[in-house]
Amino acid sequence: MERKECCKLLSSLSEYIDGELGDEICHEIEHHLSGCDNCRIVVDSLRKTVYLYHATAAPPAVPDDVRQRLFHSLDLDEFVKRQV
Amino acid sequence: MSNGVQEDFSLAALRAGDKAEFARLVEAYSAVIYRLALKMLENSQDAEDILQETFIKAYRALPGFDGRSSLSTWLYRIATNEALMLLRRRKQVEVSIDEPVDNAEQDGEPLQIVDWCCMPEEELMSSEARKYLDEAIDTLPQSLRVVFLLRDIEGLSTRETSEVLGLSEVAVKTRLSRARLRLRELLSGYFGGRMLRPAEAEGEIS
Repeated sequence: MERKECCKLLSSLSEYIDGELGDEICHEIEHHLSGCDNCRIVVDSLRKTVYLYHATAAPPAVPDDVRQRLFHSLDLDEFVKRQV
Repeated sequence: MSNGVQEDFSLAALRAGDKAEFARLVEAYSAVIYRLALKMLENSQDAEDILQETFIKAYRALPGFDGRSSLSTWLYRIATNEALMLLRRRKQVEVSIDEPVDNAEQDGEPLQIVDWCCMPEEELMSSEARKYLDEAIDTLPQSLRVVFLLRDIEGLSTRETSEVLGLSEVAVKTRLSRARLRLRELLSGYFGGRMLRPAEAEGEIS
């Protein structure tokens, strides 16, 4: 395994999975991945890691009591009632 | 100063202190600000304080809001500043939560080479796994955590994240990369362990 090359690629992998790299470096990475199982596993599991966080992110929500107190602290009580 | 409509809000009304328009703004952004504060601070009372403080500060500052950044980016910036200030104040009294030194040398090459990607989704997203995913975020030093939260949980772009945090886009990308690689490492240990001994797997972060 060409360890030097693996380490060199590591810092580019995050941008690689976001599709933010230019053609040339993508080609270089893909060429390396085709011959390096370890790096392929790192890329796949990195992609899966990001996917899992996206897929399981809690929908944004404010509990009712927190919301009431927020509107109260902003002197907006008259507007909170309409939403309930 | 632009007086146009931004994200469906009237900047003129907001700057003039129009309460109904401000209530709409609070309605639109309180949930994402609260979620971010919860993840940054790991404590619902602190998150609520930051939520209130963010909108109190925003209301006061709106007359001078220049509209160069979007309202959402601006609100995220106020919230992250407030949360980081709170954490800094804490640090002075509680030495134990001291962050690891932000040093690139700490991040070595990947140690966990386990192909867990083909595990069934119901296992990858079980309630226990979700709990582990949350705990893994909590292990990140704040400098990496806040970038990860803004980019991968809140879905901000690199440019927006750089505006919120006052960092260069290169710094945002570097920190995001390090955060993701650390999380990958932790998740690989966790799911790898479950693949090898599914019945007795444990999910503690050492």
